[in-house]
Amino acid sequence: MSMVRVLVGTRKGAFVLTADGKREKWEVSGPHFAGWEIYHLKGSAADPNRIYASQSSGWFGQIIQRSDDGGKTWQQPGTPPGEVVEAAGPPKAVSNKFVYDTTAESGKPLTTHQWYDGTQHPWEFKRVWHLEPSLTDPDTVYAGVEDAAIFRSTDGGQNWQELSGLRGHGTGPEWQPGAGGMCLHTIILDPSNPQRMFIAISAAGAFRTDDGGKTWKPINRGLKSQYIPDPNAEIGHCVHHIAMNPKRPDVLFMQKHWDVMRSDNAGDNWTEVSGNLPTDFGFVIDVHAHEPETIYVVPIKSDGEHFVPDGKLRVFRSRTGGNEWEALTKGLPQKDCYVNVLRDAMAVDSLDKCGVYFGTSGGQVYCSADAGDSWNPIVRDLPAVLSVEVQTLT
Amino acid sequence: MIRLILPPHLRTLARVSGDVELEVAGPVTQRSILDALEARYPMLRGTIRDHVTLERRAFLRFFACEEDLSHESPDAPLPEAVASGKEPFIVIGAIAGG
Repeated sequence: MSMVRVLVGTRKGAFVLTADGKREKWEVSGPHFAGWEIYHLKGSAADPNRIYASQSSGWFGQIIQRSDDGGKTWQQPGTPPGEVVEAAGPPKAVSNKFVYDTTAESGKPLTTHQWYDGTQHPWEFKRVWHLEPSLTDPDTVYAGVEDAAIFRSTDGGQNWQELSGLRGHGTGPEWQPGAGGMCLHTIILDPSNPQRMFIAISAAGAFRTDDGGKTWKPINRGLKSQYIPDPNAEIGHCVHHIAMNPKRPDVLFMQKHWDVMRSDNAGDNWTEVSGNLPTDFGFVIDVHAHEPETIYVVPIKSDGEHFVPDGKLRVFRSRTGGNEWEALTKGLPQKDCYVNVLRDAMAVDSLDKCGVYFGTSGGQVYCSADAGDSWNPIVRDLPAVLSVEVQTLT
Repeated sequence: MIRLILPPHLRTLARVSGDVELEVAGPVTQRSILDALEARYPMLRGTIRDHVTLERRAFLRFFACEEDLSHESPDAPLPEAVASGKEPFIVIGAIAGG
């Protein structure tokens, strides 16, 4: 019997929601790491019981947590499960050391980036926004961080090494923080080419590596952003999220600050596919697991009003790869609703009828077990949801 | 023996309850206390002071003997009452939102 496990990161802890393949009756566990901000959790495709979590706090900084039993128990990587220094003793090792690599051998000098007022500001590590486990090795995981950079661990999350070619790309002084900070929030691994990765930064844009992370190329041609004077600017775009169907890795879909975009050549060029959306501002975007031209967004009113328009929570679906969109409303509140859906808070499962999931700033997590035709809340009253991931377990 | 009081979230991470008691070698200072704490509880590295600069995280304060010592030099000797274990050294989170 198939199962799904939904991993929910919130402002005040993590929750794990499980159901069988019908996706009707749910068990909720949590809060894990109560009181901490959980920006993201994600399971390994190579070992579904291996889950990584980013736990952070303005007071205490960044912690990495890992589960080896599907989210039942957690540890800071570095302490073998069940092994402690003394009775009820502490973990044995550090797993939260994210230090920009400035060494002569493998690093790049620490430069500055643009600050909100246009002055230059030092690069400072703040938190991990996104964890992307390797598709093949449970012990390898990538971390997208604020201030923007990408790190990799090859020992299960204990030690982290920056892939400094991205931060040292040379355009760093032109990168600038969005309202949420200067975060690297999207990491997509190409299943057909282990040397290729895509990342996105607010507000620098999208980048691609074709050599396993050594060098990076901006892939922002075709993006237009009204807050950038140069209409052909290579850098500075506030990309909110990118999605890919793993079966068609050259086709990417993007929710930019404003505009929904697609690329058919791995990001080399982008075209706008906002079409008949009521507003093309938003954060999330995702692709149907089995229909690579079926995509989902949740339009948000504007950059100044971060909630759904007209008090109606509507997912919009395009079955044509963009431009033509239909509102999906069955089971979603259509009156007096003013929630937001953040960039990492939508996911799809890979069951036969593709399941679609998203979480809101109001603490609801919705599930559609029929590709978006109808929706049901799994939970209604969690803390504000920061991220949603789903694992399909067979 | 030095007595150290940690905020609840750090006690959870370190898997301790109540005060932490530490042997501190040499002069008792903020630095020597935190060095001893982090040697015994390595996963607390980075949560009280920065990994690299070792500067106190902005939203944490250091109190002892009813005084805020947060802005004292990390190498300044702490009061004798802390060094003798009569009074605790307190790491406390600043009031800053929910």
